[in-house]
Amino acid sequence: MKYVIIGNSAAAVGAIEGLREIDKEGAITVVSSETHHTYSRPLISYLLQGRTDRERMKYRADSFYADNGCETVFGKSVLSLDKDKKTVVLDDGTEIPYDKLLVATGSSPFVPPMDGLEKVSKRFSFMSLDDAEALEEALFPKARVLIVGAGLIGLKCAEGIKDRVGKLTVIDLAPRILSSILDEDGANMVQTHLEKQGVDFRLGVSAKSFSENKAELTSGETLEFDILVTAVGVRPNISLVKDAGGETDRGILVDENMQTTLADVYAAGDCVVSCDISCGTKRILAILPNAYVGGFAAGTAMAGGIPKPQKAMPMNAIGFFGLHIITAGSYEGEVYEQKDAENYKKLFYSGDALKGFILIGDVDKAGIYTSLIREKTPLSGIDFASVCREPSLIAFGRSYRDEKLGGKSNEN
Amino acid sequence: MKRVYVNEQWCLGCHLCEYNCAFANSGKRDMASALMNIKIRPNIRVEEDGKVCFAVSCRHCDEPFCVTNCITGALTKKDGVITIDKTKCVGCYTCVLSCPYGCVTPTEQGVMQKCELCTANGGTPKCVLGCPNKAIVFEER
Amino acid sequence: MSSQLLFPDYEILRDPSRCIKCRVCERQCANEVHRYDEGLDLMLSDEERCVDCQRCVMLCPTRALKIRETEQVFRPNANWRAQTIKEVYRQAESGAVLLSSMGNPEPLPVYWDKILVNASQVTNPSIDPLREPMETKVYLGKKPGLIERNSDGTMKTEMTPQLELKLPVMFSAMSFGSISYNAHKSLALAATELGTYYNTGEGGLHEDFYQYGKNTIVQVASGRFGVHKGYLEAGAAIEIKMGQGAKPGIGGHLPGTKIVGEVSRTRMIPEGSDAISPAPHHDIYSIEDLRQLVYSLKEATNYTKPVIVKVAAVHNIAAIASGIARSGADIIAIDGFRGGTGAAPTRIRDNVGIPIELALASVDERLRDEGIRNNVSLVVGGSIRSSSDVVKAIALGADACYIATAALLAMGCHLCRTCQTGKCNWGIATQRPELVKRLNPEVAYPRLVNLLTAWDHEIKELMGGMGINSIEALRGNRLMLRGVGLNEKELSILGIAHAGE
Repeated sequence: MKYVIIGNSAAAVGAIEGLREIDKEGAITVVSSETHHTYSRPLISYLLQGRTDRERMKYRADSFYADNGCETVFGKSVLSLDKDKKTVVLDDGTEIPYDKLLVATGSSPFVPPMDGLEKVSKRFSFMSLDDAEALEEALFPKARVLIVGAGLIGLKCAEGIKDRVGKLTVIDLAPRILSSILDEDGANMVQTHLEKQGVDFRLGVSAKSFSENKAELTSGETLEFDILVTAVGVRPNISLVKDAGGETDRGILVDENMQTTLADVYAAGDCVVSCDISCGTKRILAILPNAYVGGFAAGTAMAGGIPKPQKAMPMNAIGFFGLHIITAGSYEGEVYEQKDAENYKKLFYSGDALKGFILIGDVDKAGIYTSLIREKTPLSGIDFASVCREPSLIAFGRSYRDEKLGGKSNEN
Repeated sequence: MKRVYVNEQWCLGCHLCEYNCAFANSGKRDMASALMNIKIRPNIRVEEDGKVCFAVSCRHCDEPFCVTNCITGALTKKDGVITIDKTKCVGCYTCVLSCPYGCVTPTEQGVMQKCELCTANGGTPKCVLGCPNKAIVFEER
Repeated sequence: MSSQLLFPDYEILRDPSRCIKCRVCERQCANEVHRYDEGLDLMLSDEERCVDCQRCVMLCPTRALKIRETEQVFRPNANWRAQTIKEVYRQAESGAVLLSSMGNPEPLPVYWDKILVNASQVTNPSIDPLREPMETKVYLGKKPGLIERNSDGTMKTEMTPQLELKLPVMFSAMSFGSISYNAHKSLALAATELGTYYNTGEGGLHEDFYQYGKNTIVQVASGRFGVHKGYLEAGAAIEIKMGQGAKPGIGGHLPGTKIVGEVSRTRMIPEGSDAISPAPHHDIYSIEDLRQLVYSLKEATNYTKPVIVKVAAVHNIAAIASGIARSGADIIAIDGFRGGTGAAPTRIRDNVGIPIELALASVDERLRDEGIRNNVSLVVGGSIRSSSDVVKAIALGADACYIATAALLAMGCHLCRTCQTGKCNWGIATQRPELVKRLNPEVAYPRLVNLLTAWDHEIKELMGGMGINSIEALRGNRLMLRGVGLNEKELSILGIAHAGE
């Protein structure tokens, strides 16, 4: 059995590990456009901050490929997929045949067409290790940096480079920062914290036009900068599957076995549309843990096994200058809110189940809330009032604790 | 595999497990000097509400969410025991988001810590040895 | 300062170079002595409430705590001792009868400590208990005068029911109510494993413990709490409690606050009502009445179980015992004045009754003189503290010993003697669920088993040293004992010679 995996990040690693639990013999070839050993992409901001280094960023040990019997083809892009011949074609003309193929191509930074952007010489994305290294080379202590995009990537970039530059300004079209995961109150709290650290914001605006080192905003203000980072969004890399006739939406469509509509072609990670267990709808859940779990499921299915239900949902754990934020699920239904100067908690519930939550500041034991969403635990069966005030196993009752902490099986 | 199990019936909420854990992981020889005037960060924590009390530590789950979700690969499972490579951990808190029991907490330095069954401290978990009422045991179940 | 007369008895010493403010002492003191003060970031102690139970001392992980008697003293006075003065203060403030727990602590003679045991030398070889069989098994019950056998060797004489003990020590009566459910469970488990017996005391038998009935002695006391047919049938023997060494002449008293839940149910009385056992059994006013009760109990259980009569050691104990031996009882249990209690009036506990050593010796001698020693077995209690006390008791004439205080110590008791408050920090003499929890039978019963296993081994060592290999040969063997520092009268009552003779 010949397995080919396009991609070398979390989904690919998950697939290899899932696959190898069942099939220890089949050949695996990993093709990646990047040249690096598999590394954790979210760590690129920590790298710039000095909290990790290239060695420690590696997502798996150096011996990972050898230990799992994987042949690696790095530094090559896959240009096309021939679903009938069952081969993939690389940019150097090589054809690699497959019995089972995994498309784990992730996503690419989306750079919207902005007037004059090409005039900016020091312009960077912030997605890959190469992006980060390029950015790093451009940094200098008095640099004025303009970051377009106040989302997860843009703000992590800001945190990563703040101590190495002179001035940081972040702009976003949305009226609040982190608009994909926070509500207004939460966003305000985080913004205040970031501003105290020296990050400036211009929200509800976009750049009308650029020149070499100026940006003219829709508000009328002109910002001068030395370095520009665009972190406006990402687009899933779906072209391989789409061009080969596989069904796609914003992302690649897969069934519960992670198989696309093309025979023996699977997909996982940021490039697929997943099923969100918290609200039952299909959306792209581009977050590393979901990519790993999805990849693992794909690998299991590719090897002929039955993947366990993934129970995927949006979830984020992110911190800026010591302030931690943990969010998960969907923000619909009734609301429980708890707020003070330093902490913010909002729980969303409906139909006897927890749907989502936002925690800022005190995030201890957030996983208990995540578990409620993931397992769809009936809230009427636990002390919900108590768990709202404080996530604790006290709310779950003696029987649950005897089982989970006391190792007793409850087969009555 | 042996794990730390709590017999809730016998837990007195005395918190000795927490202090023994903190001492065991302090690297110091004497408990008084190890724990004097510091806020302890134990890997086992007592939860209580006046009527009920019990201690919670990592369950070393067979299917650990923390390991699958860890973005750096710092959390790994070996011989059933889940450990954190503190040099790889960057303190992103994804494990805190993932653990259904709330067992992962930050160290003073910002990276994460959790119960590792005293595999680096001599083998028998110190919370078990320090419990005055045999509420915490180390056995297979 | 809540009292103008009384200064706290104890001082709590906390070593600041060791205290890590873990607050374990605060959490574990039922008397709320310790407290963490946030403002000062210090642990504070209110010694007024301290009873020196030493729970905090033992649990402190850095051994930062020490409790000592207060150095605040009265001027030395051999007549008006500090304690005597304080008792007057207490009564002046409360107007109440002074209550105490556990046994008489006064410095009256302890005869066990003035009796020495023989060892074999030269003329008589000693026996090595590790290499030769030693018998510590004992049977309690009426022994026949004559053994007749059939022609094929089988026994013709019919034996009355006997209790079989693997070693000559049993757990004495401590009622459910005075001690906790978990304490009873520990005693039951230990008795079962050791092959001996424990005693329900006057609180009845909890239904969870019927399964240990084979190793249980059920007590019928003057209040008849918890006594019903099933109860009598559940035990291996029935004990009629006529008196108790700690409080001879009066009955038991368990305050209504302790009669809750299971205790109330097991005693068959309403919750909150005081459980007062009357001084006499109101149906026993003469020795004939006692005989009637003994036989009623035997009838009720079909003559399958031995009946024990327990009395306190008082004046004329020998005559009393003689009467009991003729009443049909199979075993007489005598409880000396040092015996413990959950609660008794202090004056009675400290001033009434006589030492068990003297009581035992005089009873054994009287029964032998009257030729009725084999009518009954003798069990003694009232401060049997060690295996050497056991050996001396047997040599003075006992068949077996009852222990209670020693058993409680093995389970964690620190003899603070405040059982009557119901706030036992060790989970023994309390009914509060959060305190009862502290006595985990899985921890306590192995300690009881260890204690008696060790004593059994020591008994064998002492016997082997004497050149004796069975309890039978030790029983009543007063030639093995000598006294030291005893006067002629004491030696004569004990029936032993002085050391050197």
